[in-house]
Amino acid sequence: MRIGVPRELFTGEKRVATTPDVASQLIKMGFDVAVESNAGAAASYSDAAYEAAGCSVSSVDDIWSNSDIVLKVRGPNDEETARLKSGQTLISFLWPAQNPELLEQLTERGVTAMAMDSIPRISRAQKVDALSSMANIAGYRAVVEAAQHFGRFFTGQITAAGKVMPAKVLVIGAGVAGLAAIGAAKSMGAIVRSFDTRPEVKEQIESMDAEFLMLDFEDEDGSGEGGYAKVMSDEFIKAEMALFAEQAKDVDIIITTALIPGRPAPRLITAEMVETMKNGSVIVDLAAEQGGNCELTEPEKVVNHNGVTIIGYTDMPSRLAAQSSQLYATNLRHLLTDLTPGKDGQILVDMEDEVFRGATVCKDGKTTWPPPAPKLSAAPPSKTAVAPAPAPVVEKKRSVAGPIIGMIIAGLALLGLGAVAPASFMAHFTVFVLACFVGYMVIWNVTAALHTPLMSVTNAISSIIIIGALIQISSANEVIKWVAVATVLITSINIAGGFAVTRRMLEMFRR
Amino acid sequence: MNIEGIISVSYIIATILFILALGGLSNQETARRGNWYGIIGMAIALIATILGVVTHNYVPLFVALLIGGTIGLFAARRVQMTQMPELVAILHSLVGMAAVAVGFANFMDPGRLTHYLGVELTIHDIETYLGILIGAVTFSGSVIAFGKLSGRMSGSPLTLPGRHFLNLALLIAAIWFAYEFVVQSAAGGGMQPLIIMTVIALVFGIHMVMAIGGADMPVVVSMLNSYSGWAASATGFMLGNDLLIVTGALVGSSGAILSYIMCRAMNRKFLAVIAGGFGTGGGTAAAASGEDQGEVVPIDAEETAELLRNAKEVMIIPGYGMAVAQAQHIVYEITKTLRAKGINVRFGIHPVAGRMPGHMNVLLAEAKVPYDIVFEMDEVNEDFPKVDVSVVIGANDIVNPSALTDPDGPIGGMPVLECWKGEVSIVLKRSMATGYAGVQNPLFFLDNTRMLFGDAGDTLDKVFKSL
Repeated sequence: MRIGVPRELFTGEKRVATTPDVASQLIKMGFDVAVESNAGAAASYSDAAYEAAGCSVSSVDDIWSNSDIVLKVRGPNDEETARLKSGQTLISFLWPAQNPELLEQLTERGVTAMAMDSIPRISRAQKVDALSSMANIAGYRAVVEAAQHFGRFFTGQITAAGKVMPAKVLVIGAGVAGLAAIGAAKSMGAIVRSFDTRPEVKEQIESMDAEFLMLDFEDEDGSGEGGYAKVMSDEFIKAEMALFAEQAKDVDIIITTALIPGRPAPRLITAEMVETMKNGSVIVDLAAEQGGNCELTEPEKVVNHNGVTIIGYTDMPSRLAAQSSQLYATNLRHLLTDLTPGKDGQILVDMEDEVFRGATVCKDGKTTWPPPAPKLSAAPPSKTAVAPAPAPVVEKKRSVAGPIIGMIIAGLALLGLGAVAPASFMAHFTVFVLACFVGYMVIWNVTAALHTPLMSVTNAISSIIIIGALIQISSANEVIKWVAVATVLITSINIAGGFAVTRRMLEMFRR
Repeated sequence: MNIEGIISVSYIIATILFILALGGLSNQETARRGNWYGIIGMAIALIATILGVVTHNYVPLFVALLIGGTIGLFAARRVQMTQMPELVAILHSLVGMAAVAVGFANFMDPGRLTHYLGVELTIHDIETYLGILIGAVTFSGSVIAFGKLSGRMSGSPLTLPGRHFLNLALLIAAIWFAYEFVVQSAAGGGMQPLIIMTVIALVFGIHMVMAIGGADMPVVVSMLNSYSGWAASATGFMLGNDLLIVTGALVGSSGAILSYIMCRAMNRKFLAVIAGGFGTGGGTAAAASGEDQGEVVPIDAEETAELLRNAKEVMIIPGYGMAVAQAQHIVYEITKTLRAKGINVRFGIHPVAGRMPGHMNVLLAEAKVPYDIVFEMDEVNEDFPKVDVSVVIGANDIVNPSALTDPDGPIGGMPVLECWKGEVSIVLKRSMATGYAGVQNPLFFLDNTRMLFGDAGDTLDKVFKSL
């Protein structure tokens, strides 16, 4: 099958859907790869490099009309959509929720369209997850942009010319982008703090050596479906905002990455907070495209408000075009590898597969978006597990009376026994009861690992019943004598066997 | 010389040594010394009794001791660690049989009618009766348990219609014959009701254990352990011998506590276990929810090795399947290799893993796994979110998330090892069959679970080679 890679037409888009390296691997899988002339120029991949990798470089018309599979970064514009024909497969970012007309047109044209943004977030699909790879780049670039506009070092230094304080960076939202930003800022020497509504990311933040800002707020877990965040309660948001207001006075750089799937970005940094920030501070709003986490963000622009620079670029990955093209192309290659089980350059879109099912938005003239809900969250499924807990409380209440009644009955029974039983019996009985208690105390201390040896050793010592046989063995009665001999025989099996096997087991327990 | 006094002192010493033997088991360091205390205690008790009480028939006595001791040592040496539950069960049956034999021999001794009078005779008779009753139940129950554990009998519970009424009828009959026995015994007879009762007790023992499913075997084995102790104790009362009473009480309470621990580990009521029938009630529910669980993700040995190599925290969860496949040695080889690479490999043991309390610990100890990397469920359950790879070897119900999510299910509320909270769980299984509880396991269908099918021994061998 022939793969066609057209040049991206979107203004300012520098990425390209495949790189020479990746193309050569696609060719190994049995595909022919055609690249539009100058498709990779903006990302520093020359036509010559593609040709050297075995691709054919051809015209835009040839690419669209003669390719079975079209790989793109951005979704097609109207002109491009019109070029698509039935039977072709288009793989790119499509954002079907935001672009219903595009989805409709693609369905009408009878193409199979796979949206890289709709890959389900499951472990198996991580290698295809272009959102994560792009978010990673965006996070890194956000720090670079911040550094560009920040008039100071990130790192702290003590020099002959005086002491330099390290920059303080607050990263809001510790998803892929947030963590990448933490890593980049940290490696430049800044003091990094981070906040997220999902408590399970605390560890990840701390693993990056940043400080997790705890919100003193119990019992609310911000993890939604698929490991993304969800909308929080009003009280939580209030507490959260108070935290940000306090941090805004202290930090030099704020990088916000807070997004909730299918909703406008939450407003986290208000104009008042910006006004309390130090002169020269920088805010990088990675949620600018979805409306921005900061009230003053203007998408695609850099604005200055009272000396605070607010960066609202929406094309961070494109600003690292070579890197993002390479990662995106590799994501595509992984997807294509999975789509070509025969490694023969023939793709097979298996709609039973959760990953392909999730990504495919239309096929054979039918819209197949949205897919059925994903089954797994990256977060632990803990809440359901906790639910049965309250039940034992009820039982406890009932059982308070139980032992008391039991004890009274047992006590009365003992008194009754004492009233009729002879002294000799009571003496033995005393010994018996005390022995039960000794046993009770001793056995609770036995470690669980030694329960089997405990059983075999108790088994051995319960053969003390041999004493009974020994008492009887000297009887003049032949029957009693031989019964006693037989008892001695079987109990001695038990004594020897029990102790020997216990010893054998205990020998094995070594540190 | 006061022979009686010397025997009493010897018995006291033996008693103390037995208590020390059990106390020694509180940790591995002192356990071996504890076993020696037990042996010495037994030897002192035997020597004192033989020298002080036995007057005739030394030859058959020593022959019997020699033969029995040899058989016992031979069996102990030959037994595989995986067969330990069967051995323990069959040894319990011997104690039961001994209690029955001693009881009958005691009853046949005509001296008792002159020795005991009035109330004392009644009490003595009841003691005899109880000793034989418990002994017989222990005997037949242990034989059935042995049959089930060694695979000679089906492990599935036998549920006769109206089995609770049958048990009740047997109990009432036993009480009725106790009365008959006491009355007839005072008149010099009583053999007939005693024999009938023994038969009833044997039937009861068989029926009780037959009705209990394989998954409850740890409870049954420890319960029989307890019974063998009570049998010895009852015999002690009969003979007026404090050593037997104390030892029996120690063993009896030990078994009772073990049963309690096992029941708690399975979140089951002791009475419910004894009433039996576990594993049948859940069958239909499992069949209904068994459909449409999704697909499992299989994995091969090389990929498993790869996952293990790249992990930092590995948790191994062994179950009965590891015992069956005799895989404990290769498991430890893998553990050693991984630990040499700086990977923190630990073992998480569920209290009821296997067919006997502490079964897994014994197997791992046999393979020389150092016990400080072997942990109990409660010690490791909180660590699972940090675990990169959990390897579940032949275990099913003890890692079943539905125990937590489905409180009404057959294993609802049972504490389980929450391996699914880790990064990846690799489950080694021979097939997709359900565990002993007959419940489908949603763990297998989770996205972070990989299934490695095949005999655990063979597949782990391959994994080890790929490492």
